[in-house]
Amino acid sequence: MSSDTKKVLFGPVVDNNPIALQVLGVCSALAVTSSMANALVMTLAVIVVTAFSNLFISIIRNQIPSSVRIIVQMAIIASLVIVVDQVLKAFSYQLSKELSVYIGLIITNCIVMGRAEAFAMKEKPGVSFLDGIGNGLGYGAVLMVVAFFRELLGFGKVFGFEVLPLVQNGGWYQGNGLLVLPFSSFFIIGLIIWAVRQWKPEQVEKD
Amino acid sequence: MSSNKETFGRTLGFVLVICLVCAALVSIAAVGLKPLQQANKLLDKQTKILEASGLLANLGTSPDSKSIVATYNKRVEAKMIDLKTGTIIEGDVNAFDERADSRDTAKSTKPSNDIAGLNRRADRAVVYLVKNEQGQLDTIVLPIVGSGLWDLMYGFVGLSPDFNTVQSVVYSDLKETPGLGAEVLNPNWKALWPGKKMFNEQGDIAIKIVKGGAKKGDVHGVDALSGATLTSNGVERTLHFWLGNEGYGPFIAKFRNGGLN
Repeated sequence: MSSDTKKVLFGPVVDNNPIALQVLGVCSALAVTSSMANALVMTLAVIVVTAFSNLFISIIRNQIPSSVRIIVQMAIIASLVIVVDQVLKAFSYQLSKELSVYIGLIITNCIVMGRAEAFAMKEKPGVSFLDGIGNGLGYGAVLMVVAFFRELLGFGKVFGFEVLPLVQNGGWYQGNGLLVLPFSSFFIIGLIIWAVRQWKPEQVEKD
Repeated sequence: MSSNKETFGRTLGFVLVICLVCAALVSIAAVGLKPLQQANKLLDKQTKILEASGLLANLGTSPDSKSIVATYNKRVEAKMIDLKTGTIIEGDVNAFDERADSRDTAKSTKPSNDIAGLNRRADRAVVYLVKNEQGQLDTIVLPIVGSGLWDLMYGFVGLSPDFNTVQSVVYSDLKETPGLGAEVLNPNWKALWPGKKMFNEQGDIAIKIVKGGAKKGDVHGVDALSGATLTSNGVERTLHFWLGNEGYGPFIAKFRNGGLN
């Protein structure tokens, strides 16, 4: 793999993370991170949508009239999201029931539109596709970390397997009620952003 | 940007083509995957009905879809009833959609005492008669719906043929807070229900959710969920509504006065 490809694919995971650096897509990161299984499915869905919307938009980037380009991007993204939603309903009914509206809300995820407008409109299809996967991975990485802490400390579980037996199930661990609620993700995302910027000080914005 | 790219006709044509392609893509996915989705939905419903009747526990920890469908077809009989009169009526039980009916003003009624927060209640319902190995009526599974904290909660209640002894309360579709209200799905909480009595000796609905824990030996009281008062209240009101006169009351009365026929 050339270093350029690597940068496009893995750059968004830490160096240019859509949630931690650009602070995009936080809304859905709050909602779907109560369990790691949900977060993983959401991650896969976002990777698929971002990658393919980038690919298709990049293919037709020279044809899109600039006056209607946002609407054209939205139409493509929305269609892809509906397809992903339908596929989930057909093959993973339980998870689609739990994620319910949040799959549909990928349409409004700023990361997808942001990459389409900022990257796919200028670059070739292949590299745009990789950029979509990379940004999906970056989004997913943060989601998985948040979900890990929320599920472990809130429910005493990791991927549904009991690690800390809860008091209500006869164990010793009192689940953290705060982390069960969606807004607790704000704290965890905040801590993640702080940790990443300690590690990579160049990400800190100038005053 | 070349100028000919921005002409009115070209822009219109481009948008039309994009719309057609996207519409085709979405239609293919929706139509092509529909049979699988409906099978999933039906299986999910049958699983919940078996769970409410207590039969699911006999099928092992993770029963496959085949044994669920086989058990369901063998043991469960679905009947459509008219809620107002409580009589069994003709109707396609598989095509019946409670949610669609309850939105249709011609097929639903506004309850006069809407304690379950339904707004409108469908006039018809499908009840499930579950038989034992010998073919005798063992459990009656009644669909219930009522407001929780965030939204309507859909579920099933399994009752013995005396319409009094509870077998189970199983929720199938809800949007309650995970870890708090959604604990109605916790097996430990569900295990509190079997054996409870819905009605007292005077025949009044007596089932209640008790904050701080029901007294030992209280046949009408079930522990409330801690941190989920509104969900717990919702469960209690849902049961009171559906067992009452605007719910399955007429059906239960008819059933007690000489069975279903």
